[in-house]
Amino acid sequence: MTRRLAGAALALAAGFALANPLAPDALVKDVMLDIQRIIVADKDLKEGDRAKTTRLIEDKALPHFNHVGMTALAVGASWRKATPEQKQRLAEEFRTLLVRTYASSLSAFGDQKFEFRPLRMKPEDTDVTVEVRVLQPGSQPVVVEYDMEKNARGWQVYDVRVGGISLVVNYRTEFGNIVRDKGIDGLIGTLATKNKSLAAADTKK
Amino acid sequence: MSARTLVLALALAAGGCATTGGGDARDPLEGVNRAVFAFNDQADDIVFRPAARLYRNVTPQGLRDSVRNFFSNIDDLFIGVNNLLQGKVETAVNDWLRFAFNSTLGFFGIIDWASDMGLEKHNEDFGQTLGRWGVGDGMYLVLPLLGPSTLRDTVALPVDWAGDPVYEHTPVDERNVMTATRTIGRRADLLGASRTLEAAALDRYVFLREAYLQQRRSQIYDGRPPRERPPVD
Repeated sequence: MTRRLAGAALALAAGFALANPLAPDALVKDVMLDIQRIIVADKDLKEGDRAKTTRLIEDKALPHFNHVGMTALAVGASWRKATPEQKQRLAEEFRTLLVRTYASSLSAFGDQKFEFRPLRMKPEDTDVTVEVRVLQPGSQPVVVEYDMEKNARGWQVYDVRVGGISLVVNYRTEFGNIVRDKGIDGLIGTLATKNKSLAAADTKK
Repeated sequence: MSARTLVLALALAAGGCATTGGGDARDPLEGVNRAVFAFNDQADDIVFRPAARLYRNVTPQGLRDSVRNFFSNIDDLFIGVNNLLQGKVETAVNDWLRFAFNSTLGFFGIIDWASDMGLEKHNEDFGQTLGRWGVGDGMYLVLPLLGPSTLRDTVALPVDWAGDPVYEHTPVDERNVMTATRTIGRRADLLGASRTLEAAALDRYVFLREAYLQQRRSQIYDGRPPRERPPVD
């Protein structure tokens, strides 16, 4: 009962998010703990059920990512030369790849301990970094940093750094190599092929 | 093969593939590195990953945590030395206090009480110390069996080995058992990460290289690297 109440409260909070955006650190904490709660309560998710995991990410995490902005940053200078259709295709394929990547690591999420760092920000700030530390026995905590910007949809993530490794920076070199050799359509093709092979590997399992 | 012949062989190989063009300035030996990378992949497929899976499947989580803590505790000694060399005296004292508590109250390090007491675990090695002293990465290298490195980190390796009580342990057969256990344990901890790498990377070689270079930069500055400005053209 209390869980259902909490769920209703969260849904309400999500509804209000547009009108009155949550502070970015509070948003990250809510979303991460919410996803963790759902995984802990669901046997399929704990065992890594791919379809269910993907749906969970699309419902809970993705609304808080600016995936077009991420794609633009990862593609870098060539983004400006792309046509609107190419941009849309790139963003779609990159989004699919990120969801799959996220899904491959999410089953471990259930028994991780997080330490949420309070964010010091000025009310007028529109670009902040929210830090979460993942604690694990016998190792240095892993620091996860979310670079977030305030836009029309509230606060959205435009880059994630895990242990100092930026997702956007990592893809920039890979994307740059492919665009140089095969052009923007070549990059769209490579991403589409990669996503298809990942989907095929999933159905085999 | 002595270190000098190795360097010579690398230099020759570099000359051999310098004409491929379009390469990355940080990775002049990409041709050789890719070959070593493929070799390491094979070794991982045949030996390390299966061994790590077996280890994970036959041991309970508690035992694996204890093994990880045991080796992590030993590392704290040299981590403290590196922090001292980098002028971080308080951090070094923190690392040695960790070692003192965990070696005694924590039964030879198998329980990490120190973290519960608020003495945080750190990650240091001599490559990071050289980086802190201003030594640049140098060229990117993939070392046989050891994986991604840079010229700076490779030069630093012998110092890390000298500061590693496991590596210096005698008799040799005990050392070998400990080294094998530590290696398999570390690989087992990375089973999830290698699945994610498979999913994320378009070109695993490039993805891992970029990740390694970014990670080292972050480690050298203890997670607070100065912001990089985009190059002005």
